[in-house]
Amino acid sequence: MSSKKGFSRRGFLSGVGIGTGALGTGLLERAAEAAPAGATVAGPGPVPITLNVNGKPVNLTVEPRVTLLDALRDHLDLTGAKKVCDRAVCGSCTVIVNGKSVYSCTMLAIDAQGKNIETIEGITSPEKMHPVSQAFWDNDAQQCGYCTPGFVMACKGFLDEHPNPSPDDVKHGLGGNLCRCGTYMGVRAAVLQAAKTMKGGAKNG
Amino acid sequence: MANTPDYSWPPREKRKVIGQRIKRVDGPMKSTGRARYASDTKVKDMLYGVYKACPHAHAKVTSVDTGDAEKMPGVKAVHVMAPAGTEIQWQGWEVAAVAATTEDQARDAARAIKVEYEVMPHLVREDDLSKAGSRARQGGEQHQGDPDKAFQEAETVSEGEYGIPVVTHCCLETHGQVVQWQGDNVAVWPSTQNVTQYAGTLGGDLKVPATNIKVAMDYIGGGFGSKFGPDAWATVAANLSKKAGGRPVRLFLERDMEQMIAGNRPSVFAKIKIAGKKDGTITGWESASWGTGGFQQSGPPPQPYIYRADPLNYRSVHTSVSVNAGASRAWRAPGNQQASLLTCCAIDDFAAKIGMDPIEVFKINARYAPAARVDLYRIQLDTAAELSDWKKLWHPRGQSGSGAVKRGMGVAIGAWNGMGHTSQCRTTIHPDGSVLVEIGTQDLGTGTRTVITQVAAESLGLNISQIKLAIGRSDQPPDNASGGSTTVGGVSTSTRKSTVNALAKLFETVAPSLGAQPEDLEAVGGKIQVKGTPAKSLAWKDACRKLGTSSISEMGTFNGRDGGNLLTGGAGGAQVADVSVDTETGIVKINKYVAVQDCGLVINPKLAESQVYGAITMGIGTALFEERIMDQQTGQMLNADMEFYKLAGIADIGEIVVHMDIRPENDSRGVIGLGEPPAIPICAAISNAVANAIGVRVPRIPMTPDHVLNALEGRNA
Repeated sequence: MSSKKGFSRRGFLSGVGIGTGALGTGLLERAAEAAPAGATVAGPGPVPITLNVNGKPVNLTVEPRVTLLDALRDHLDLTGAKKVCDRAVCGSCTVIVNGKSVYSCTMLAIDAQGKNIETIEGITSPEKMHPVSQAFWDNDAQQCGYCTPGFVMACKGFLDEHPNPSPDDVKHGLGGNLCRCGTYMGVRAAVLQAAKTMKGGAKNG
Repeated sequence: MANTPDYSWPPREKRKVIGQRIKRVDGPMKSTGRARYASDTKVKDMLYGVYKACPHAHAKVTSVDTGDAEKMPGVKAVHVMAPAGTEIQWQGWEVAAVAATTEDQARDAARAIKVEYEVMPHLVREDDLSKAGSRARQGGEQHQGDPDKAFQEAETVSEGEYGIPVVTHCCLETHGQVVQWQGDNVAVWPSTQNVTQYAGTLGGDLKVPATNIKVAMDYIGGGFGSKFGPDAWATVAANLSKKAGGRPVRLFLERDMEQMIAGNRPSVFAKIKIAGKKDGTITGWESASWGTGGFQQSGPPPQPYIYRADPLNYRSVHTSVSVNAGASRAWRAPGNQQASLLTCCAIDDFAAKIGMDPIEVFKINARYAPAARVDLYRIQLDTAAELSDWKKLWHPRGQSGSGAVKRGMGVAIGAWNGMGHTSQCRTTIHPDGSVLVEIGTQDLGTGTRTVITQVAAESLGLNISQIKLAIGRSDQPPDNASGGSTTVGGVSTSTRKSTVNALAKLFETVAPSLGAQPEDLEAVGGKIQVKGTPAKSLAWKDACRKLGTSSISEMGTFNGRDGGNLLTGGAGGAQVADVSVDTETGIVKINKYVAVQDCGLVINPKLAESQVYGAITMGIGTALFEERIMDQQTGQMLNADMEFYKLAGIADIGEIVVHMDIRPENDSRGVIGLGEPPAIPICAAISNAVANAIGVRVPRIPMTPDHVLNALEGRNA
């Protein structure tokens, strides 16, 4: 898939001058081995890429080192996802990629090509709120609100996979997101409410 | 007008909007990701700023070479703040900054700046006072009565050591702003707790008149006391902007810098002795404490805390330790968490020593609280006991059964003054019936927008959807900093006055058509009517139409003092923690946490409860996990990130029970801010619960496995 765009993961690695040895025997190395022979080197300068964001292909030109989060925020002005810890701890940058919640601060934009990227802007709006957003509002699961978009996306991703969560499931399922204002009591209630409304069950408010 | 309008709150039974559990008005913007924070600001031609910071805790800059950096791709401006000769006093000190077309380019260029240092000796830890040497400075002694006599005559003396480390604010939105300095004008989009005074302060730094500085902020991602001023980075970004020919520059701290230099809470450690009687009465207190607020001196927290009225005999002395680490800032109830921890843990140890239930000891000694709160604490302690099932679950210290997991209960108290900050509000009523309320304030997530809207709607007899609110701009009527739980008092008072004033003008206009005097009118349910006579009324829009072509625009001012019964301060609270401690792993788990919160007139109980939930959640994080860890070998902060500087997560907080004491006698006191009051007692209550569970005091917060196991094995932490 990526070779069609003129570069590969291996290309990225050599392009930025990182030897695969430094990466050990992890995922990247295996992926690099699997890359098609003769793949072109991309970068380190900007390269054109296409991302499928909220159902639409968008073209942009980014350096291979640019994260999906920076691509969304700085290049596409989709600022719902936030940069907070910038290393996959706090979940404020959560988006959904191919149906899975992902920390977009820790995925490269070039690696997100060919994948279905959903951001908060694509699933909900003040005029037409997604049941998860509605539940966050109803249960006051937000104070300063900076972590909220990430929580909403993580919650959607969680409920898509676990439509009938118990309160304990919620504590584990949303454990990858952090809030500094302390809205967790509201978040717990919001997730359970959203689970009900998303099933079309009891329409509680 | 001869008569001053009656600004007092409508009686409880007549309120239609105030007191309602209305959802926050900016909720849809926040929960759909459309709220644009300062850090989301996008301005045409915006450049990205990145700092070059000092890696050493103490050093002298010997040279700064920006030659290579200036030639790097995308670089538009380089600014040096710490030229050769500058003595640096902490890691993360800002040496230079770069503005470039992309953030990555700016980071590359910052890396290419060559700085040479002469590294100097440092002190970064203060927990062991004996190693502080000349960096320790003892302050004056505070005393009352005759503590020596109290200790001589004591039936019991208890002693203990307690400590609470430096913690960071760790706002999720880091500090920073976008600034554009073009010619004589500066436009700035900051993340600030003080929109009104931002321009004046920044103007002083830039030598630009405040009139030429435009400040705009819609949303802020956390402040907690750390975002009052424009900060050095606003000046730096402005200078970069000027050097880059007036292009706007975005400069927000990266997470490591945020943790190192953008604010923290001072530490306090103490040795405390209590003298008392076997009936639970405390008679004497003696404490020697120390702590650090960074390189600068830090003041002592009040000791003893709350329980300090005459005839208690006490003596306390505090030593401030200067360390080479980022400076402290106000942290949600400055000094009070530390004070509550020291005092409430020492009282709990005294109770354990005489074999009494600590709730009884706290009730007996409430005699030393300020007179207005003596009975309040006794009532609150009883309520907290009831809600936490204290009578059933409490046991004498350490008598918690034979299993590896021990359960324990702990109690603590707090208090915060609050009141209201100065605030001005302008209400405009247009002939088409639309209403604009403007205040140059900010909503930190506390619900400020919502409460202003509720107050305005209540005064004008309208729904909240009929009020348009504008905040967050420097050209709006001046408000003040959101800190110290003063915002709700300030803005609700100015809004009440402004809306009542505007309504009085409307009454003057419409009175003749209703055949009445202006003072005989009231605004109820979307109508202007003769008091108690709905038959003689005009719908709101029809009434406003009588204004013809001129709108009403009226101010309301709160001077910070004369608010009558509209607002007050002095909220007390009692809290109980119910924890389980695994004595094999040292892990502390919160089962349940009960907060009984004093309050006044509550404009929005839903949002008020959120404030308390939030305060408790944040407090649980500081009690269990949070600590700035400094390494004396290297002078580095070891956890300037969010992996190892751990905040509480959704599974860590147990069940939180909030009891808001909404009663007519509290309602009549007026509005009280709730940002700080509930945030105070948590570390103390949890420390006491852990001691109750495992039978020994874990002397230092946070209650990490390391600290708990050390205490269980009798090692000094």
